[in-house]
Amino acid sequence: MNEPIITFENVTKSYHLYHNVIGGVKNFLFDIPKAISSIKNSRFEALHNISFEVYRGETIGVMGRNGAGKSTILGLIAGVLKPSKGRVSVNGRISPLLELGAGFNSELTGRENIILNGVLLGLTRAEVINKMHDIIEFSELAEFIDQPIRVYSSGMVARLGFSVAIHTNPDILLVDEILAVGDVEFQKKCYKKMLDFKKKGVTIVLVSHSPDDIEKFCDRAIVVVKGEIGDIRRIASKPYFTNPESAFIRGMVN
Amino acid sequence: MRNLEYYRDLILVLTQKELKVRYKNNVFGYLWSIGHPLAFAFVFFVAFKVVMKIQMEDYSLFLIAGLFPWQWFSNSVVSSPTVFIGNTSLIKKVNFPRHILPFTMILQEMIHFILSIPVIVLFLFIYHKSPSFSWLYGIPILLVIQFMMAYGISLMLSSLNLFFRDLERLTVIFSTFLFYFTPIIYSESMVPKEYRYLINLNPLSPLMISWRNLFLNGVLEPTDLAISFAYSLIALILGYYIVYKRLSWKFAEVL
Repeated sequence: MNEPIITFENVTKSYHLYHNVIGGVKNFLFDIPKAISSIKNSRFEALHNISFEVYRGETIGVMGRNGAGKSTILGLIAGVLKPSKGRVSVNGRISPLLELGAGFNSELTGRENIILNGVLLGLTRAEVINKMHDIIEFSELAEFIDQPIRVYSSGMVARLGFSVAIHTNPDILLVDEILAVGDVEFQKKCYKKMLDFKKKGVTIVLVSHSPDDIEKFCDRAIVVVKGEIGDIRRIASKPYFTNPESAFIRGMVN
Repeated sequence: MRNLEYYRDLILVLTQKELKVRYKNNVFGYLWSIGHPLAFAFVFFVAFKVVMKIQMEDYSLFLIAGLFPWQWFSNSVVSSPTVFIGNTSLIKKVNFPRHILPFTMILQEMIHFILSIPVIVLFLFIYHKSPSFSWLYGIPILLVIQFMMAYGISLMLSSLNLFFRDLERLTVIFSTFLFYFTPIIYSESMVPKEYRYLINLNPLSPLMISWRNLFLNGVLEPTDLAISFAYSLIALILGYYIVYKRLSWKFAEVL
């Protein structure tokens, strides 16, 4: 518990608002000076100067309202976003739990999708094939596994996705509201698997709207709070650390 | 070492996916991919040979030898703008090398082209000609050159389209222009003398001329080869280092 696996140092993340450019080449070329100035000036600060550390084996919750910057934090951890200022360092293999069916192809069978998704998440093909049996067993989809997943229900797709993600041997598991899908039985199974992971020393970052989930699982929680609304330059989000004291978290979120 | 294996598997799995998706739903998948250029060849044959009486022997063979490689190029270019947009959720969540996506798309189109070469052979036999031994080295060389060209252009278009979303429409118009300015439905010797110097200003011309010369006469012209290789190298450097490398870290933000 003493080695930081994720470190955020004075991280600021701001986005350019590209709507002028997304208007297309036509709009851009017809009004170049305006387009350039609007790119330079319209910035939105999603995270403002935040610092925190997550230690190996810890389960940390990230909560906050819509638009508070939770997904930005996850994106920075996953390495798909770069901080505008400050430094993010992550030492370990990350496995994100993808939203429903991301990276799946509906025409391919469950088995083919397991290989596709496993490789996209960083395993080699041989490694995925080795784990195939466990993945299928955990997903409880053995009888449908050679059907194209367009015939699956959304709960079944979610189960398959969860199964692949947890079998990639991650050091860090990123979970973004994923537990809301699947039936109650499968949810229980996922929770159990996550507790197993915790015991094995896997670091888990759990984003959730539900204070109950955060309380149930997490050692600590970061609450991301959006600043005043309407003041574009100072939309600041500050982290609060706390032991999961429900009253405090609830107070921050509501 | 593991990295290399990972890249190989990523390319393998993604290409397999594309091929499976294309061929799974109908047994005619293969016919579709050769049917398109064949239909074009038929249309041009009717328009230029039957109606306008173009002065050329074996015009249908001539058309097919140019249209098949062109089809590979144009399919790759036209599907480029949507390569990244079509994988939004993946790009926003998973940190994998994004340039693999256009790479496998072009690889897949290349495989279709290779599978269509027997049709060219068939047409050669119909006109009492036969494949030449020079194909054995000529085809791989031209495959590499065209792959570099298509990949470079594809990296440019797929990356830029995330920032300029109407690029998709421009691409279609642009590729039509390029088609008619490339000696595919006419030969370079039919271009009036005073415009002939313009032919090699079109990066696709020397490449398409090389393909046709190889298929019809078994000949590879070193000058054409050198010019098209130079163009491909420029396209690749421009696409990868100038455009893709500079923009790729922003993909997750703008999608």
